[in-house]
Amino acid sequence: MTLSPGTKVRIKTMAPLGHIRTPHYLRGKTGVVERVLGPFKNPEQLAYMVPAPTRTLYRVRFEMGHIWPDAEAPQDTLDAEIYEHWIDQDAP
Amino acid sequence: MGGDAAGPVPMDGHDFAIWEKRVDALVILGQQRGHFTVDGLRRALEDMGEQAFESMTYYERWVTSLNQNLIEAGVYSLEELGTKMEEVKARGDTYGAVQS
Amino acid sequence: MPHDHHDHDHLSPSGHPYRKDNDGQLTYWQTMEIAIRELMVEKGELTPAQIQAQIDAMDARSPANGAAVVARAWTDPEFKQRLLENGSDAAREMGFDIGPMHLVAVENTSDTHNLIVCTLCSCYPRNLLGLPPDWYKTREYRSRAVREPRAVLREFGVELPADMTLRVHDSTADMRYIVLPARPEGTENLTAEDLAKLVTRDSMIGTGLPKAP
Repeated sequence: MTLSPGTKVRIKTMAPLGHIRTPHYLRGKTGVVERVLGPFKNPEQLAYMVPAPTRTLYRVRFEMGHIWPDAEAPQDTLDAEIYEHWIDQDAP
Repeated sequence: MGGDAAGPVPMDGHDFAIWEKRVDALVILGQQRGHFTVDGLRRALEDMGEQAFESMTYYERWVTSLNQNLIEAGVYSLEELGTKMEEVKARGDTYGAVQS
Repeated sequence: MPHDHHDHDHLSPSGHPYRKDNDGQLTYWQTMEIAIRELMVEKGELTPAQIQAQIDAMDARSPANGAAVVARAWTDPEFKQRLLENGSDAAREMGFDIGPMHLVAVENTSDTHNLIVCTLCSCYPRNLLGLPPDWYKTREYRSRAVREPRAVLREFGVELPADMTLRVHDSTADMRYIVLPARPEGTENLTAEDLAKLVTRDSMIGTGLPKAP
């Protein structure tokens, strides 16, 4: 199921060792889907030259004041690209 | 790295050396040949650890990652690399002097 | 001034220190580069001409390419719309070889400023702007641009009003980002060619603003 722009999402906190694109500073944080970028081969498999099925890639927007409680301008935002398997579907 | 404390952004730049441009070109062409992906390059860079980031320049790290990926892809062996590097060193003392 | 190199005696035409890469003591890493290159040629993987062609193609890319795209967007509302909808296709439409790059253009307006960073390594719209500046790849920029971006911007001489929204883009994955700066005031009568001269590299990364006419 593809998530629509505007959907509130939480990034998983898992931390397996290996090549991962999900920035550490966003794990466990909540943001909003800004746009759907489409299917891309999973870099976590591309990095090891093993078969890499596609995953939906999203651009997720986070509020600076949520990521960093002492942010100078809490209304500023940070956009990052997040693969579907890093989105915690069960989170509220 | 993202979000870590760090000092002022260093504004100094430099013109790319020819050996750096060659590393850049080999990285692009090696991907076009299908030997590795940008993700494989990053994986090898990350596996080098924080110490490498402090002690090596950008293209020193990239040539290391390029080599790691070409070895893994079987393009050449470590024996071939070691032999070739000794051969190159024996040609002279400067980058310009040892080009074949 | 961020880009002064007052400590260096010998500067190249681009204002950067020369690298004595051909006559200094051969380093281990240079030796490795030569060995890899020669092995790949010997094994029929690549030819010296292919390697040189790739270097020439990269050298030919510069911020002037991006500036031409920005100037066109400032003067052609329909092109601007296409650029914001699909940056890759818009750049190709202008004849730029951007390969498989997925380009996203983000627009600065009277109330929004955009800033690009790659915290993972050095993702950069290199097919449109050329190779990234050294500072873009530093630990300092990559660490702080997502943590205290307004403080970083001040180091570049950009002070954002408190009521302006700053959007930081961490380009860690498959997209490459370019900032479409706001068109400077007082440029109503300029041609696209003259407008392009106002568009600096940093204004397309978000660490700078276009020059005043």
